Amino acid sequence: MTAALADPVPVLRERGQREVFCGLTGIVWLHRKIQDAFFLVVGSRTCAHLIQSAAGVMIFAEPRFATAIIEERDLAGLADMNEELDRVVDQLLARRPDIRLLFLVGSCPSEVIKLDLGRAAARLSLRHRPAVRILSYSGSGIETTFTQGEDACLAALVPELPREEGKSLLVVGSLAEVVEDQFRRIFADLEIGPVRFLPPRRAEDLPPVGPETSFLLAQPFLGETARTLEERGATRLEAPFPLGAEGTTGWLAAAAAAWRIEPDRFRDVISPCRERSRNALARYRAELAGKRVFFFPDSQLEVPLARFLSSELGMELVEVGTPYLHRRHLAEELALLPPGTLLSEGQHVERQLDRCRAARPDITVCGLGLANPLEAEGLTTKWSIELVFTPIHGYEQAADLAGLFARPLRRREALSGMPMAGGAAPCS
Amino acid sequence: MQLTLWTYEAPPHVGAMRIATAMEGVHYVLHAPQGDTYADLLFTMIERQAKRPPVTYTTFQARDLGGDTAELFKTAVAEAYERFRPQALIVGASCTAELIQDDPGGLARALDLPVPVVPLELPAYQKKENWGAAETFYRLVRALADPACPRHAGGRPRCNLLGPAALGFRHRDDVTEIAALLDRIGVDVGVVAPLGASPADLARLGEADFNVVLYPEIASTAARWLQKTFGQPIVATVPIGVGATRDFVAEVARVAGLPADVAAGASRLPWYSHSVDSTYLTGKRVFIFGDATHAIAAARIARDELGFTVAGLGTYGREFAREVREAAAHHGVEALVTDDYLEVEARVAELQPDLVLGTQMERHVAKRLGIPCAVISAPVHVQDFPARHSPQMGFEGANVIFDTWVHPLMMGLEEHLLTMFREDFEFHGEAAPSHLGTAATPDRKPDPAPHSAGWAPDAERELRKVPFFVRGKARRNTERFAREQGIALITVETLYHAKAHFSS
Repeated sequence: MTAALADPVPVLRERGQREVFCGLTGIVWLHRKIQDAFFLVVGSRTCAHLIQSAAGVMIFAEPRFATAIIEERDLAGLADMNEELDRVVDQLLARRPDIRLLFLVGSCPSEVIKLDLGRAAARLSLRHRPAVRILSYSGSGIETTFTQGEDACLAALVPELPREEGKSLLVVGSLAEVVEDQFRRIFADLEIGPVRFLPPRRAEDLPPVGPETSFLLAQPFLGETARTLEERGATRLEAPFPLGAEGTTGWLAAAAAAWRIEPDRFRDVISPCRERSRNALARYRAELAGKRVFFFPDSQLEVPLARFLSSELGMELVEVGTPYLHRRHLAEELALLPPGTLLSEGQHVERQLDRCRAARPDITVCGLGLANPLEAEGLTTKWSIELVFTPIHGYEQAADLAGLFARPLRRREALSGMPMAGGAAPCS
Repeated sequence: MQLTLWTYEAPPHVGAMRIATAMEGVHYVLHAPQGDTYADLLFTMIERQAKRPPVTYTTFQARDLGGDTAELFKTAVAEAYERFRPQALIVGASCTAELIQDDPGGLARALDLPVPVVPLELPAYQKKENWGAAETFYRLVRALADPACPRHAGGRPRCNLLGPAALGFRHRDDVTEIAALLDRIGVDVGVVAPLGASPADLARLGEADFNVVLYPEIASTAARWLQKTFGQPIVATVPIGVGATRDFVAEVARVAGLPADVAAGASRLPWYSHSVDSTYLTGKRVFIFGDATHAIAAARIARDELGFTVAGLGTYGREFAREVREAAAHHGVEALVTDDYLEVEARVAELQPDLVLGTQMERHVAKRLGIPCAVISAPVHVQDFPARHSPQMGFEGANVIFDTWVHPLMMGLEEHLLTMFREDFEFHGEAAPSHLGTAATPDRKPDPAPHSAGWAPDAERELRKVPFFVRGKARRNTERFAREQGIALITVETLYHAKAHFSS
């Protein structure tokens, strides 16, 4: 399965304006995932406004995130910045006594002025232990793109994981709870275990890790987390990502191989799920086969998604953009892409838009800053953030995932009797 | 550092984006780290713009910091000019770029482009969105308004409409409304800016006889400069509400030299408000918060046109704190000037009003406290950029306001029946206004006001008989009465003593 490494896929690398989120955005789902954690961004009003805008109306649900906004007087002298941070953390923990895990999240401003949040976290941990554990990571735009914020967060958790000597399986990456439960049941049926998940739902349930731990990445954007787990002696199981019926089978097979499960037994356990998933996908295949898809870079999910769309639904890949290409973690995925697929890493958004307009794909996967303008130009789009916020992993979600791509096409068809007058309608 | 859960305003460079996006033929090159492009979706999603904002970001990353970020900026400016061919460029820095001090203005000038380049200094750690918008508009007007532009000759009096911008609360429809109103009274509109204006339009600002400032938060600075430089008087009355619109017409007539009794049209609000169905609105206690302009206008409408009582008035816009303090004094309340969402929440909980008129955030506060609410000011979400015509200004704006503010309240008969029959199995004291459906039933906290004196069980039971929308106030008044009278245990008697004491 290492063919892709030996024979590198050519990649178009571009630099220029990048139309992507920064890693702070990860907080939007991480704060719901770890239910007793709080995320305190140390940054500017821009950071506060970003999370507020990205979180949309969800912020109404008493969010467990906030921003310590750096002010002019903080910039005047670095010395009292630490005192200010301590004061803000005290204020916050007094308001939310239920919090057990506090992340100080670095931003572009805090990184540029070199505010040492690692030291601040250590100092504050001493002050608030044992009630609250305080960690830090960077979600700054200068260092992280969108989902890399989760990578940085989980990597910060790894040194905190308790040690264990026994054999266990660790599934790494935020998954919807319903998906976690499905995987738990399949692993139990295969008699693979114990199985744990990172991140856990509660800070006190940190999974243990040790030299006998094998881990499966559930998400493709976890380069740093994988590295830190390997430093603790754990072994990554090489696998495709569990998107689609075949991706999920390959992913489970990697664990089955590590646990030396008999092939017959593996087949017996997964066949019903795999068949159900394939049948559900067949309906979408009729609808999506032959449609041409263009991916703008966003989450690093683009390569496994493109593999799923091309191999299981018969779609054609015009361009697969990714903000960052982790060749080793994506080796199995890259091997499954059709030969000659145009992969692009990084971005020059204007040139990429030129390519997209010239190709006129049937569906364009892009962020919310581009989606409506492209729709107004007559291109059908699938806004990419939904792919991070929707349960898409595993057998039972494969058809839902296909549905996310089918819906915009169905809608355009449904509205085809009502063309937009003259294309774009100016809004103001 | 300031602990912030919710921010009322974005950083100042978003204000600059609102000006650039509102205009035609202006491009903004913003020195900013990767990720700051999130601001695009404010325009493409919330305002549902069909085009990308005319903003090029440098989106530098950590690896660029070791290299030449200044060169990166120059390349971005050159490429943006080449690709978009704007009539004017604005250049500036976001909060992070402000720290690395690359001097966007100097770098852009060095490229010697054949169009005006306007550098912006927006201190991101001191100022906010509205200030950024005002400063950007002022800088553009200063750079582009042609001092040699002749005043128009002959014909009807002419004014410019200043202030409407992208991402403005109902700016689109306010402009339509006010332009039509001015036309009816015999005044032509020269330039509307920044919304829809090009640099060439800004060049001919001097043709007009006077300037109408619709949104002082955005256009006051520029209008004052035009007054000083071109001698153009300012019409400063903001026409939100029937009374304010009449005052606006009178002021325009005076400035334009038209007869004082010029006919301008009418609103349905006065009749709707006089009709007996509205009697029950009398004295409803309302808490008002928003930008200064909308908050002050709302307070006047609430008291003088709907017969409400203004229980609280505040703003997040410190630039206009003085005006809001004056208005609050006029209404006999203490102004709340803060951008701290938690302070606003505490004030609403303390006042227990019957209605909250505020921003998107006050909706959240009101939902938590189970109080009806309507939105009167930015910041707002996508539902407050409606497809239908819905101005706030002028006579039609007053119609929209009447409907919007009364809608969240329980209807009159429903309110009476609730007071008479509070144990009805489906129409009980906790039911939401029935026209809002079951989904609107507030997930209220039962007792937002902290207990300061003990309640006897029978008094507590009696309090439950007070309809929920006035129960908070009854509890507060009773507890205050008990405190003042030195009563330790509140009984049914105390409750009615307090009721008699406070009724007027």
